[in-house]
Amino acid sequence: MKKYLETIDCDWFKRRLIGVVFCVVALFIILILRLFHLQIVEGEELKRLSINNCIRLQDIDPSRGLIFDRNGNLLVNNRPSFNLNIIINDAKPIENTVKNLLQYMNISEKEVIAKINRSKGMFMYKPVLLKKDIGRTALASIEAHRFDLPGIDVNIKPRRHYIYKYCASHLIGYLSEINSCELKSDKYSVYKAGDFIGRFGVEKKFEQYLRGKIGGRQVEVNAKGRVVRVIKTVNARPGYNLYLTIDLKLQKKAEELLKGLAGAVVAMEPLTGEILGLASSPSFDQNNFVVGMTHKQWNLLISNTYRPLENKVLQGEYPPASTYKMITAIAALEEGIIDRDSTFSCNGSYKYGNRIFRCWKKSGHGNVDIIQALSESCDVFFYQIGHKLGADRLAWYARKCGLGKITGIKSDQEASGLVPDTEWKKRRTGNAWQGGETLSVAIGQSYNLVTPIQMVVLTSAIANGGVRNKPKILREVRTAEGSIVCKRETESYGKLPASEDTLKIIKKGMWETVNGSKGTAKNAFIKGIDASGKTGTAQVVNSSIYGDDDKVEKLAHHKPHAWFLAYAPSNDPKIAVAVIVEHGEHGSSTAAPIAMEIIRLYLSDFTQIESELVAE
Amino acid sequence: MFDRRFSQYFDWGILIFTIGLGAIGLLTLYSAVTSGAPCYQSILYVKQLIWYCIGTLFVALSLIFDYKLLDRWAYAIYTICIVLLICVLVGGKYVGGAKRWLSFAFISIQPSEMVKVAIIIVLAKYYSRHANTKGFSLRYLVKPMLLTLIPFILIVMQPDLGTALLIVLIAGLMTVFVKIEKKTFRYLVLVCALVIPLVWIFLKDYQKQRILSFLDPGSDSLGAGYHLIQSKIAIGSGAVFGKGFKKGTQNALSFLPEQHTDFIFSVMAEEWGFVGSIVLLFLFLILIIWGLNIAYACRDNFGTILCVGISVMLTLQVFINIGMVMGLMPVVGIPLPLISYGGSSIVTVMLCIGILMNVSMRRFVFE
Repeated sequence: MKKYLETIDCDWFKRRLIGVVFCVVALFIILILRLFHLQIVEGEELKRLSINNCIRLQDIDPSRGLIFDRNGNLLVNNRPSFNLNIIINDAKPIENTVKNLLQYMNISEKEVIAKINRSKGMFMYKPVLLKKDIGRTALASIEAHRFDLPGIDVNIKPRRHYIYKYCASHLIGYLSEINSCELKSDKYSVYKAGDFIGRFGVEKKFEQYLRGKIGGRQVEVNAKGRVVRVIKTVNARPGYNLYLTIDLKLQKKAEELLKGLAGAVVAMEPLTGEILGLASSPSFDQNNFVVGMTHKQWNLLISNTYRPLENKVLQGEYPPASTYKMITAIAALEEGIIDRDSTFSCNGSYKYGNRIFRCWKKSGHGNVDIIQALSESCDVFFYQIGHKLGADRLAWYARKCGLGKITGIKSDQEASGLVPDTEWKKRRTGNAWQGGETLSVAIGQSYNLVTPIQMVVLTSAIANGGVRNKPKILREVRTAEGSIVCKRETESYGKLPASEDTLKIIKKGMWETVNGSKGTAKNAFIKGIDASGKTGTAQVVNSSIYGDDDKVEKLAHHKPHAWFLAYAPSNDPKIAVAVIVEHGEHGSSTAAPIAMEIIRLYLSDFTQIESELVAE
Repeated sequence: MFDRRFSQYFDWGILIFTIGLGAIGLLTLYSAVTSGAPCYQSILYVKQLIWYCIGTLFVALSLIFDYKLLDRWAYAIYTICIVLLICVLVGGKYVGGAKRWLSFAFISIQPSEMVKVAIIIVLAKYYSRHANTKGFSLRYLVKPMLLTLIPFILIVMQPDLGTALLIVLIAGLMTVFVKIEKKTFRYLVLVCALVIPLVWIFLKDYQKQRILSFLDPGSDSLGAGYHLIQSKIAIGSGAVFGKGFKKGTQNALSFLPEQHTDFIFSVMAEEWGFVGSIVLLFLFLILIIWGLNIAYACRDNFGTILCVGISVMLTLQVFINIGMVMGLMPVVGIPLPLISYGGSSIVTVMLCIGILMNVSMRRFVFE
């Protein structure tokens, strides 16, 4: 009985259906009222608006963030450039407008007509770009004859300007126009045709900071396409300004010193990991990328044997040569193979199996301990301890010192270098490791490859007592108004695999290199500067690797690369520098003076600032 | 299965109104895609005609079967639709930042359209079994809620918030129609009132921003807001008698976005004015009331609720779409039934109308 009452018959639904009909009719009445309002009440006004079709959208491009050095010197800004546009629908009669335009402008009629025809239809109401970056004189004549040129519009677009040509080009990078493939991908959905996008270096890496946010406005225009009224504006947010860690003065000095050479200089603050300067030579003018290069300019850049587009600090992989001896020394000391007082005798060569391994000094160094071995760069000493260490133990230490992998500096494709061990060789060549190869590795002269940035991190770590700080190039990010968006803190990868005593010995050896009477870099000694360092002469043509047949190259290309790693002041390090000069022959004669000059400049600035502080 | 008597009960009225709306739709679409500069869209009206034919074929075939079969197959249909929705998320085609399409050899379908019908069928089945005069208590509402929630979440993930909310609205209104217990109703309202602000707190900033601009397109004066202004200008400029067939300037000069799909009413209103728009609205109103009348005449609960669900769906789509282009509603991608271009939408709506005819035809038959 109860069940019967609860079930529903159709009549119950029918009563509810009446309510539904009322609701539906009510909704339709709302629609009809709205329609009446739009079409009858506001109809005439909206008709007027539609006849002139006078509401347009205009973009407001954000200005790209500026780039400063660590002291607030402006490195990159934006300059105004004037772009010539045409709005086809406003330019009627179009033939006359084009004819008039050609009188004032130096552009080809064919090109203009082709551009107009291509844009007919879809873009009748949108500005079509006719010519980029017209000069100020052309602008003046256009502005003077505005009445003859309906629908012609000049808009000002900021254009990237690299103030110091060739300066820190590799670090800062450059921009270029976004291409059609990128525009189609979702990743670049906020960009539009004609936008510039960071391609390399800081400009690429920090694109999201630099770009800013696009704004726009709704405007009412008259029949001639001139703005009559701005209906609504959404302001653009300018990009954030970047404060880099580099020091403009040091950077310029480094580039000046590298002039005419192929090579790289990188300087770092040992305690913080801040990159003070990063120069790769030869360099290039970034402004050419923004303006657009001719084929000839581009071909010159890419066919240059000295690879100007390569950032040699990060991408250049070189044999470390004698600079590797610090790692061999750390390994030997830590493993207890030698101690501070162990000596080996060097008579100019070392016989291993039936092969003779030479020391660079034919007459030999006599009895040497570890400190002398480092400062005089005695090869025989390191052959012997290398032999005792073995390739794999040495490789373990090298990796712990940060070699063989990228440092993770925020920049472009960094090379990882190479730390060879027995397994690597087996995998790579299929042959077993030869005992003699261990000796070559111990003096950094085998398959080993390092990049200058890895070496400066290593030098800094030795200098600051063993902490391997991650190199950083960005100090802080600020809004256009100057408030801080974010600050980059010092990051560390960990410590060197070396005890305090070991480091003391290594540092002593490096001090002797510059300051000792027999040190390999004694010629680079500058009075009043307490620097420590290590030279390296990396043979390019190594008979054990290349075989003798390859000696058909030009002589200049046979010359070894010159390395110098240094830090100063020795007991309170403020700067660490790595220098490589390709085919510079000797580390002591070409690379060391460059490094020392940079140190001198930087420290003199420091003492100047300090004395000013004291004076206050 | 097919009885000769059915032809004598055939619902000619609904057929005529459907054809009338379809004809207006084709004509408007023809104007919308051919008035501007020639482009790849210019032949869309031919495609649309083909879709109408396919839809008609489906309807004719479906009339052979008794609609009560839908009752029996409800869960199967529902499951197939859910599987299709999952397929979309897994292997769907990206169009404009959302995965809504499933493409086969030469056609793309939009399963979220079909899901609307599936939900109506499955809820009609459930409610017809459990309906009582006191209304539904919370215990009996759990299942319909789950049935609605699954497609809702899947569609939100596409993401297509508009269609997802439409499904919830259809399900909700159907539930209100079969009556919710008073206590339960109050309770549900209270829970919604509490949960919505709570969810708001936990949303991320960018999500809030999205919802805000979804609710208030005026805040996005350069994107959706601009389109809305142009749409209003188009509709308003039609005034009383309109600018005439193929003479709508807003449409021809591509000021209207999506003029062949979501904004097709603007094209129609611009060309045919207040008079034409009213005719269209009345055709829709009659079609919907006709559908409700079929529900009224139907003698079994399943058929009644089914027809109410379909009428509610048509009402909501008409109201939301036309309301949107006139600036009454946020801009969401809901097509105008029978008028907007789109195969999935056309076929789905035609199938719905087929169901109405089916119910209407068999109203006097007893088993």
